[in-house]
Amino acid sequence: MKFITALFLTAFLAFAIGLFTSLPWWTFVFTSFLVAMGVHQKAGLAFLSGFFGLFILWVVLALLKDLPNEHLLSMKVARILPLGGSYWALILITGLIGGLVSGLAATAGCTARKK
Amino acid sequence: MRIIPFLISTVATVGLVYLLNTPLPVGNTKTPRLGYFLSPQQGFWQNAEASNASFSGDVKLEGLKGKVDVFVDERLVPHIYAQTDLDAYYVQGYIHAKFRLWQMEFQTYVAAGRLSEITGPDKLPIDLFFRRLGMVYGAEQTMQRMEKDHEMQATVDAYAEGVNAYIKSLKPEQIPFEYKLMDYKPEAWTPLKTYLFLMYMSYDLTGSGAKQDLKMSNAKNYLGYEDFNQLFPNVQDSLDPIIPKGTAFAKPSIIPVAPKGIDSPYLNKAANSSSAESPLTPNRNNGSNNWAVSGSKTVSGRPILCNDPHLGLNLPSLWYEIQINTPTHNTYGASFPGSPSVIIGFNDSIAWGVTNAGRDVLDYYEMKFKDTTMQEYWYNGEWKKADLRMETIKVKGKPDVTEFIAITEIGPVMYDHHYKSDSANPKNLAVRWTANKAGTGLKTFYKLNRAKNIDDYKAAIADWSCPGQNFAFASKSGHIAIKQQGSFVARWNRQGDFIMPGIDSAYQWQGMIPESENPMIVDPKRGWISSANQKATDSTYPYYLGIARNFPLYRGIMINKRLAAMNDITPIDMQYLQNENYDVFAEMARPVLLKNIDDSKLTTNEKKYVDILRDWNFRNEITAEGATVFNAVWDSLEQVVWKDDFQNAKSPMPWPDASTLLESLLKDNNYRYADNKNTPNKVETMQDDVMEAVRRASVYLGELEKDRKLNWGSVKDTKVTHLSQVPALSRLHIPIGGGRNCVNATTSAHGPSWRMIVHMTDETEAYGVYPGGQSGNPGSKFYDNFIDSWAAGKYYKLLILSKENAAKNEKMKWHISFTNG
Repeated sequence: MKFITALFLTAFLAFAIGLFTSLPWWTFVFTSFLVAMGVHQKAGLAFLSGFFGLFILWVVLALLKDLPNEHLLSMKVARILPLGGSYWALILITGLIGGLVSGLAATAGCTARKK
Repeated sequence: MRIIPFLISTVATVGLVYLLNTPLPVGNTKTPRLGYFLSPQQGFWQNAEASNASFSGDVKLEGLKGKVDVFVDERLVPHIYAQTDLDAYYVQGYIHAKFRLWQMEFQTYVAAGRLSEITGPDKLPIDLFFRRLGMVYGAEQTMQRMEKDHEMQATVDAYAEGVNAYIKSLKPEQIPFEYKLMDYKPEAWTPLKTYLFLMYMSYDLTGSGAKQDLKMSNAKNYLGYEDFNQLFPNVQDSLDPIIPKGTAFAKPSIIPVAPKGIDSPYLNKAANSSSAESPLTPNRNNGSNNWAVSGSKTVSGRPILCNDPHLGLNLPSLWYEIQINTPTHNTYGASFPGSPSVIIGFNDSIAWGVTNAGRDVLDYYEMKFKDTTMQEYWYNGEWKKADLRMETIKVKGKPDVTEFIAITEIGPVMYDHHYKSDSANPKNLAVRWTANKAGTGLKTFYKLNRAKNIDDYKAAIADWSCPGQNFAFASKSGHIAIKQQGSFVARWNRQGDFIMPGIDSAYQWQGMIPESENPMIVDPKRGWISSANQKATDSTYPYYLGIARNFPLYRGIMINKRLAAMNDITPIDMQYLQNENYDVFAEMARPVLLKNIDDSKLTTNEKKYVDILRDWNFRNEITAEGATVFNAVWDSLEQVVWKDDFQNAKSPMPWPDASTLLESLLKDNNYRYADNKNTPNKVETMQDDVMEAVRRASVYLGELEKDRKLNWGSVKDTKVTHLSQVPALSRLHIPIGGGRNCVNATTSAHGPSWRMIVHMTDETEAYGVYPGGQSGNPGSKFYDNFIDSWAAGKYYKLLILSKENAAKNEKMKWHISFTNG
């Protein structure tokens, strides 16, 4: 249950702070950090809830843009980056990047807590 | 707190964020800041436009006087209805920015020599070139002059305010895709940027002289003037000029006289060469077609006007379709994102179109400076003070570069010891270019937008100075006309073809040709006017038009031949003519080639290609193998004929034109340049050369055939490239025929950038298409949706509607309402 709560809170707070688009894209490291500090979990689980909170958020947000766009832009970007034009690979990498940063921040938050 | 795990995870977080927030080198380029770029709330995903996106809305803007309605049709063409002209231009600026902001700004970065600021030191050579050519200086000159013209200043200001209103409304995540990719942000728009953009067009259309005069000087010195004059002649036997042969011209009011003793300092072998190579040069195929047929040749009895400017093909396109409707005018056409008003188009009374005049308006003068501080130069027997201009170029990730440019009476000193000049023997070359003189900017187009009749047209174009254009005209009242207008130098023969001495006024321009003496025809008996960048007149025109190389011959011949034969013309006939792939050059050249081919000496393989050539119908269709064979043989022939003659050249210089070789071969079977200088014991004839060309071409053609790429479409391989050259944002391998000498002048990356046909019936019937789309966003389906129609030779019907009709027209999909607020 704690895992689900942490994951949901991580995603929700990252989304909310992300609405302030003049802040840097990585501002969610603070919310992920705080969530992991507040919701007591083992470091491994804290990493995973932090990771999947952002992974799921970013994949969903990317899909919400990509599907109505019929992959027009994602296929172009997936040739620039270069991912062989695969929009799935691009969506996956988007999720991984958000997830990794958030997971590490959550680990830091978890370990910042008093034992 | 577990200190060690905490420290490790914190450092890892900070490190990863830093890494993802930094452009990373990959090969020669850098990635965007990946974390930012891929962030769905800030990065590129935000630019993925829904395929069913709505463009409707209510926009409140501070600077507006009244209400402005914009109806946007199904092709995303905006139709602006405003109560005042300034409101219309304000909204035009807003709309241009809404759909083309990145492109507008990027083009002015290029023109202003500021590319390094966004891309880093790679582009510094291009920035230096444009700065030293005086692009910023020229834009400032025009702006200063236009500030005295209140009407034009208000127009350009209103446009800039509209652009800025849009930029201000942008949230950080809404900036165009390319800013995110290249990691920079839009800056405020200024009127100077509009003038910089127009300078860029002047460069694109008249700047070839910036390289050509140097190369021609080199060729003249290498060959000697007499041989040069044969290989780069100023006579074109097959010329069919814009003004029909036999038209009488008025007596010239200026008779330019060549300086005494011209042979030694100017035409002499040793005079004025230059090793300078410019980093870029306008495409030689920049040109265009326009024509108008009078009612006597059409089914309707009304004129039809056609225009297709040939320019580099890019995405986002140079052009943007728009309708502007105010109480003073109702105009539709192609506009430049970056500039107010319509550039090529029509209104309820008239239509106009432009082609490039190709006249030489850029010369180099060799200056003598007292010392390397360049403060004083020798002119007319005394030391004169030069203005020293400092231009600072910001370079991304590197310290600023400051350029010193000495400005003389003649113009900016482009080449000196600071820039590309041989350091042992530095030459100081000053540029005199009409584009650097204060021009009237947009005024001509502003007036054409409002012109009601032929007198308005004449008055509108009378002040046009640079780049020189052939303005075609047709009116609903039944008139057609064409005039070559610009600020043209009254030159003596060969003046300015080479670098000129700049120590005194002897070689200076002796005057500008009065506007009233520029070539013009109105309602000619033959029933049509046309231009395709050929020379405006035959040799009876009293002024020197410049080196023949500037004037392609063959499209003009074809257009006039077709128009002469046509009657009962409809707009559909005109569409076919604009897409005509017949190659007149090949028609003239093939007999000369075949005459010199001895079939008995060919291998089976070579014979096969010669047969393809023999059976070809001169059409550069996509599937035509004959077009490929012809071009391969002709290119090989040029190699065989010229390579040995130019093999000792140490400085950059061109080979003679294809038309020169062809006309020489038509006249002279014992062409002396046919001999290969590297075979002292043998004198090659033209037969030998053509046979050798067939042999060489066959090797190349064999390779193409192996790859199944013998058809002309594959060889030509047309593409429309994104301005940043990123292939994923470009359209490659577009199936379209044509060629340099066809009316459909489509080559690899160049061609008809806007095709327009206007039938001057009571209710205007107009068609148009360009190889791009109305949206500059690579994430929009409107980004490149016209390209397939363009390639197939199809057109869209252009809607010029009154406001009531626009409101109820079913093709109007969206409505944007602009109000003050």
